[in-house]
Amino acid sequence: MSWLTADNLALIFGGLTALSILLYAILDGYDLGVGITLPMANEPWRDTAIASIGPFWDANETWLVLAVGLLLVAFPAAHSAILHALYLPAALLLLGLILRGVAFDFRAKVKNNRKTRWDYTFKAGSILATFSQGFMLGIYVMGLEYNTGSIIFACFSGLCVTAAFAMIGNAWLIGKTSGELQLHAIKHCKIAGVLTLAGILAVSAINPLVNANALQVWTEPPLAYLFAAIPLLCFAMFVIGYLVLKRLPLPGDAGAWLPFTICNIIFICSFLGLALSFYPFVVPNQLTLYEAASSRESLLIIFFGAVVVIPVIIGYTALAYYAFRGKADGLKYY
Amino acid sequence: MLDTLILSRIQFAANISFHILFPTITIALGWLLFYFKVRFDLSQHPVWMRAYRFWVKVFALTFALGVVSGITMSFQFGTNWPGFMESIGNIAGPLLAYEILTAFFLEATMLGIMLFGFHKVPRWAHTLATFLVALGTTFSAFWILVLNSWMQTPAGFEMIDGVAHATDWFAIIFNPSFPYRFTHMLLASGLTVCFLVAGISAYRILKGDNKKAPKLTLRTALLSAAILAPTQVLVGDFHGLNTLEHQPQKIAAMEGIWHTERGAPLVLFAIPDEETQQNRFAIEVPKLASLILTHDADGELKGLNEFAGEHPPVAPVFYSFRVMVGIGMLMLLMAWWTSYRLLRKKELAPLQLKILIGMTFSGWVATLAGWYVTEIGRQPYLVYGVLKTRDAVTTVPGEHVAMTLVMYLLLYAVLLLAYVKTLFWLANRAVEVEEYDLTRPGLVETRAEPGNDLSKGVRTGATI
Ligand code: HDD
Ligand code: HEM
Ligand code: HEM
Repeated sequence: MSWLTADNLALIFGGLTALSILLYAILDGYDLGVGITLPMANEPWRDTAIASIGPFWDANETWLVLAVGLLLVAFPAAHSAILHALYLPAALLLLGLILRGVAFDFRAKVKNNRKTRWDYTFKAGSILATFSQGFMLGIYVMGLEYNTGSIIFACFSGLCVTAAFAMIGNAWLIGKTSGELQLHAIKHCKIAGVLTLAGILAVSAINPLVNANALQVWTEPPLAYLFAAIPLLCFAMFVIGYLVLKRLPLPGDAGAWLPFTICNIIFICSFLGLALSFYPFVVPNQLTLYEAASSRESLLIIFFGAVVVIPVIIGYTALAYYAFRGKADGLKYY
Repeated sequence: MLDTLILSRIQFAANISFHILFPTITIALGWLLFYFKVRFDLSQHPVWMRAYRFWVKVFALTFALGVVSGITMSFQFGTNWPGFMESIGNIAGPLLAYEILTAFFLEATMLGIMLFGFHKVPRWAHTLATFLVALGTTFSAFWILVLNSWMQTPAGFEMIDGVAHATDWFAIIFNPSFPYRFTHMLLASGLTVCFLVAGISAYRILKGDNKKAPKLTLRTALLSAAILAPTQVLVGDFHGLNTLEHQPQKIAAMEGIWHTERGAPLVLFAIPDEETQQNRFAIEVPKLASLILTHDADGELKGLNEFAGEHPPVAPVFYSFRVMVGIGMLMLLMAWWTSYRLLRKKELAPLQLKILIGMTFSGWVATLAGWYVTEIGRQPYLVYGVLKTRDAVTTVPGEHVAMTLVMYLLLYAVLLLAYVKTLFWLANRAVEVEEYDLTRPGLVETRAEPGNDLSKGVRTGATI
């Protein structure tokens, strides 16, 4: 397999890492989003909302493990540099994920009067984890440096990611629930969508200013014309999404999955936009994919495993989603 | 002020110690649940479903804690031990990747079906999902123990410019200490679960739970323990012999042998004194250590004097080893004593029940002690003979590590308390649930009403 040169492998693993980050953002994005806007005023709604993500959250989180793992095994130098710079926000992310993950299970097991407490923990954990992710993204975009400007930007980025996850989370709920809760989700999806749009606009404006590589990617013809399709598609999706949300719910629950589909496209576009701004760097402006990659032999070993196993993973994940298709209203604990 | 190295070590030790508590339970409990489920599928007797439904709750909770603490672990390598991946990344990387790909996704996805899918998928598929969850946890133990064993007894690689390159993957995976460590750990998991199940079931029985399910689980747990406990002692002995071959200074620290000697005594208890290189207040059995380790009463054992500056701190290894072996012996004793009585009289004495409740978490203590022997005994190396711990540490400022360490410790204390309290609360609540609650899993269980026929244990043979 002579085409599997060290450079091609670096590219393949860069792609795989990016893919798992994207899948993580979409998948854990929707379940963290459900947590962010968890309706604290209404317990049955909370039960349904949480039941809708019950069978999935654990596997969704595994994409984060895979993303961090791939970064660790394929680009060890980049992994060290990034996590070194993000040491404290990463600890907060973990704290958030721990609180969210355990609250999930404790709420269903403890005495009734303690349940609300764990629901608050669930919500707080979801918000903390999401905000930290956005913060980490912000610092990453700013070249992994801490100064007043970059911290303000990172906090802003934290809010944007929170809005984006809230948007996709509520879009998921629109598909998974019915009645009052669905109306509630439609309303929140709209609000979060507007905030997300504002955030994406701001980040797109700032990124080329701080990041020379990004400026070049987006302005240098001829590829820039091609790449321009990405933001255009993204903004079109916001417009269509808004129009759809205004009309929902429709009789027979038609179109209930449209908002979630649209959110997916928005996430993919935004992610592609970011990834293109940074290519070929893994550590912004410091270290490229090709410099950071581990030895060819090790990457090959993982590559062959991944080629066999990833389709299997996708297969049984699809089966799981198929098994839990339909509304979550009736889904209860074991 | 403590420096980054020592703080990172404490933090890593705290995180992995917290993490391992939960895998130790989920690995074997997964198989136990599979057993309950198969028995139910075969017999349709609702008692198996009751056992399943109670323990699957414990499993779900334990699994959640295992997952979230495991995610912390996967960040630790990069945040605190960058030198680890930089020098042995070519070996550790593929092993970790295979663990994620073959184990984590499998267990996480199948868990969803196992917990929520009872009436969403056909019955065989639910049983299959239960099986795959158990298989996934075992795969995960397999891969991570390959890595850990390789760090203890590295093989199948060459060093080029301070970076390890794999030469033989078969030798890496089946490195000399792996078969022993994997078997010993799986048995440890089995024993931990046996005593957990026995302890909680004994608690329910003492609380006046007259139903069949806790008696059944108590019996299953104790009879299994009666077989696993002696096996573990045997495997532990082989494990020690293997360690003697590859890491003699670890054995010297475990046994408290300061100077090379023939016919070394087995030190039952002592206070090892690093200053004077002696054991104080030693209680010893003459020649026994030589007999156990070399199968010759006058065999020679290397002492710590041969490894000056290259041996681990003695006291923690020495004490931890005694804690583990002590609990192992206690488990053996209890398992045989209670099994004997169960087989003859069908019921345990109140005293036995109480001791079992006291031993609910004994497996945790032994497992932690065992890991401390293994890991502290490897110091000052991170990868034995290849990489020293201090050369792998991060350059993150000590204050940052101190902050995160305090955060983790507080969080872990709260979670551990909540976990243990919830287990006993689940047990208390189970006491009140009807004997053969016929509601489908997924709906709220019905409470027993006094005088209700069902609560007296009528065999219904109904399908749930
Ligand atoms: C002997 C067993 C064992 C040992 C020594 C470890 N683990 Fe573990 N781990 C498991 C056995 C396990 C498991 C049984 O597979 C878990 C625990 C509970 C669970 O739900 O899965 C798990 C979960 C788990 C997860 C979450 C997986 C998921 O999302 O489903 C991660 C990321 C790690 N572990 C990572 C680690 C790392 C980096 C370790 C070492 C430094 C480590 N584990 C030691
Ligand atoms: C699962 C049970 C485990 C426990 C309870 C455990 C416990 C410990 C303890 C107590 C230390 C600190 C030793 C010292 O610094 O004196 C340590 C260190 C370490 N262990 Fe483990 N360990 C476990 C498994 C593993 C596994 C599976 C790996 C890797 C695959 C691993 C890798 C390390 C590393 C990288 C260090 C840090 C360096 C050090 O402090 O020595 N451990 N562990
Ligand atoms: C009573 C007889 C036992 C003996 C002779 C024994 C022996 C040993 C030895 C020699 C080691 C260290 C190996 C090394 O680091 O190279 C070890 C580690 C360990 N022991 Fe035991 N053990 C016994 C009982 C137990 C019990 C009852 C448990 C738990 C329920 C347990 C759990 C562990 C664990 C988790 C480790 C660390 C992982 C490993 O190295 O396998 N042991 N044991």
